[in-house]
Amino acid sequence: MNGKALQPLLLAALLLFLLPTAGWTAGFIIDKSFGAENEIILEFAKPVDPAVAKDFDNYTIYEENDPDIRLELEEVVLSDDNRTASLLFKESLNTTTAHVVSIAKVDGTAEQVFTVSKSYLGYLFSILISALVINNFVFTKYLGLCVFFGTAKRKSTAKGMGVVFTLVMVATGVMSWFFFQFFLKPYNITFLQIVVFIGLTSLTVQAIDTILRKVNPILFNSFGVFLVLVIANCVIIAVPLIMASNEYNFLETFMLSLGAGGGFLLALYLMSSVSERLKLAKIPPTFKGLPIAFIVAGQFAMAFLGFSGLKIF
Amino acid sequence: MANDKTSFQLVANGILAENPIFKLALSMCPAVGISTTVMNGFMLGVAVLFVQVFSSVTISVFKNVIHPRIRIPTYTLTIATWVTVIDLTLAATMPDAYAKMGIFVKIIVAFAIITMRLEMFACKEPVSASFWDGLGMGLGFMVGMMTIGFVRELLGSGAILGYDVLGFKPLLFFILPSAGFFVVGLMMAFFNYIEIVYKRSKGLK
Repeated sequence: MNGKALQPLLLAALLLFLLPTAGWTAGFIIDKSFGAENEIILEFAKPVDPAVAKDFDNYTIYEENDPDIRLELEEVVLSDDNRTASLLFKESLNTTTAHVVSIAKVDGTAEQVFTVSKSYLGYLFSILISALVINNFVFTKYLGLCVFFGTAKRKSTAKGMGVVFTLVMVATGVMSWFFFQFFLKPYNITFLQIVVFIGLTSLTVQAIDTILRKVNPILFNSFGVFLVLVIANCVIIAVPLIMASNEYNFLETFMLSLGAGGGFLLALYLMSSVSERLKLAKIPPTFKGLPIAFIVAGQFAMAFLGFSGLKIF
Repeated sequence: MANDKTSFQLVANGILAENPIFKLALSMCPAVGISTTVMNGFMLGVAVLFVQVFSSVTISVFKNVIHPRIRIPTYTLTIATWVTVIDLTLAATMPDAYAKMGIFVKIIVAFAIITMRLEMFACKEPVSASFWDGLGMGLGFMVGMMTIGFVRELLGSGAILGYDVLGFKPLLFFILPSAGFFVVGLMMAFFNYIEIVYKRSKGLK
């Protein structure tokens, strides 16, 4: 695709990601957001009485899906003009879920109830980034190593392989979500998930194989050989299993499978680049072949540990 | 070729000559991922042993009614069934150990070693031979996992099976997740080295 045509699109997407989901902000509370790990920041329309605002009894805060567990406040810090309050909690907040905050008496009249949540698009994006690098399926989850070590020999192969894997992963991820939500869950047969997911995977691979053979034989000649390898691979089956255990919705599943596939592509490409160099290097005979590949992969894994603290949105 | 080996030879073949982890280099994911202790290796080894033996026997029993063209889907579904059985059993009886192994019990369904044994052995051989072959492969996997777990636990936390034997922690690095790659790589290199020295001592090549 044309790079210039993409630019405004990307900009628009970026803007969307950066827009906070302000939601309902009319009235007394102008702005609310998560601050540091254990902090919620509120901005009021007019100055509040410090004595009222600093009284913990006026606050009720809980996670939206756990109304019974009230979160305990440690401190309320007011700004100098008494218009911004930062609520500090005893424990760090789980910022992926929405938090319901209700404040009594602060504006002199009724109780204010509102929810604080992160930007949903930002959350989706964070799933993608997490699957791509932070929890890279090869280097931090150690999945799909057979294919990884078997095929990461040449860059061109690695690219083709990675693209086919990404396609299959997205297709199976989305289909598995559909089956899980509309067949397995309503009929209470979630214990059959392994059988259903592996069946769907084989079916998708077979379908892609047949369709590609008829529709685009040239593409099939370059990618077809990889399809056989796809079936017996743990990366593919891991995506639906993670989706099922985390109860992801459709968009989250899509992002997860896209990130997982992209992460696999990235890992294959990195490894094949090193393999091409290794071919020319002088390696001790005891380390030739798999041992040196494992050592290199270990170094990549250590490098990927560096992403573990990464936090976006 | 059918059944010219004794049951003992079949089991030994799986453990030594065709060890799934060190010789065939299949099913590496758990060998790197969760082999931090001997116990973890043992638990997953038991699960794989169970799935391998039962799948081999099942396929061997039904080998005459499976049409060759649909044999791969049949293998997959057979394995998936037995994996479901062991997955639910472990989750119900040993919740702690099961939680440690995480997704890897379910991932057994995609282990290349099991499908390969069904394709190469169980679909041609009689039931008893398939049983012994499956047992050998499962034990070979278990031994491989436990060896890696042994090295990592001993060097990483100075303990074996949770008991402190060294009294100090030689190399904390080995208990970290990414060390799995290094341990497996170094052990493979070690076995290669022994093989080279052995061949040289015999005056071969």
